[in-house]
Amino acid sequence: MVNRVVVGAHYGLRDWLIQRVSAVLMAVYLVTLAGYWCWQPSHNYDTWTALFSSQWMRSFSLLFLLSLFYHAWVGVRDIVMDYVKPAAVRLVIHVGVILLLLLYSIWSVQILWGM
Amino acid sequence: MQKNRPKYLNLFRIKLPLPGFVSILHRASGLLLFLALPVLLWMLQASLMSIETFTGLQGYLDHPLLKLLLIGLLWALLHHFFAGLRYLLIDMHKLPGLAGARHSAVWVLLLSLSLTLLLGVKLW
Repeated sequence: MVNRVVVGAHYGLRDWLIQRVSAVLMAVYLVTLAGYWCWQPSHNYDTWTALFSSQWMRSFSLLFLLSLFYHAWVGVRDIVMDYVKPAAVRLVIHVGVILLLLLYSIWSVQILWGM
Repeated sequence: MQKNRPKYLNLFRIKLPLPGFVSILHRASGLLLFLALPVLLWMLQASLMSIETFTGLQGYLDHPLLKLLLIGLLWALLHHFFAGLRYLLIDMHKLPGLAGARHSAVWVLLLSLSLTLLLGVKLW
């Protein structure tokens, strides 16, 4: 049993909510993309890049990827908190994961708008 | 307070119930997808950048070992997807009681495995 007096800034409710909101957003994106894939008669480079040529699709894709990265942060953080006990190791992994996900975010913009 | 409950930390002696099995696979598949992120982003980049990188990627993915890896990731995605949907439904009190938890756990396993098989055969 957790006996804790709630007095501080935040106790995970925000992350709990973001985890679910990002999950719904990713699910909508993936189902939309899968539907488009089934409906599209031919699959080649031209149809693939045409799909990603509109600003709308690029924005939706970036939103999907940013949701994915935040979702991954909450998930990996929870796993690390469960299995990695030494504070120093935990801190190093946390910082590494944050930096990695920030780099992925920059990379995602480059992929979607640099094509 | 001293408790004399037995502690089984030997993973091979722990018999997980089905929802627990789905739960640990949700965690494992999530970690797997996180670790695969750089490869997946690189694939997205190669597929969009130019016709040369696109066909190059197709060439890579013709390799049976990479295909198998991709199918493994597909399973991870599908399991994480359906197990995640199950958690959302549980949050909304749509799967009440032990029966709801057990039946939905079976559904998650059935859906993710059958869809992996179906799409895997198509990919191969």
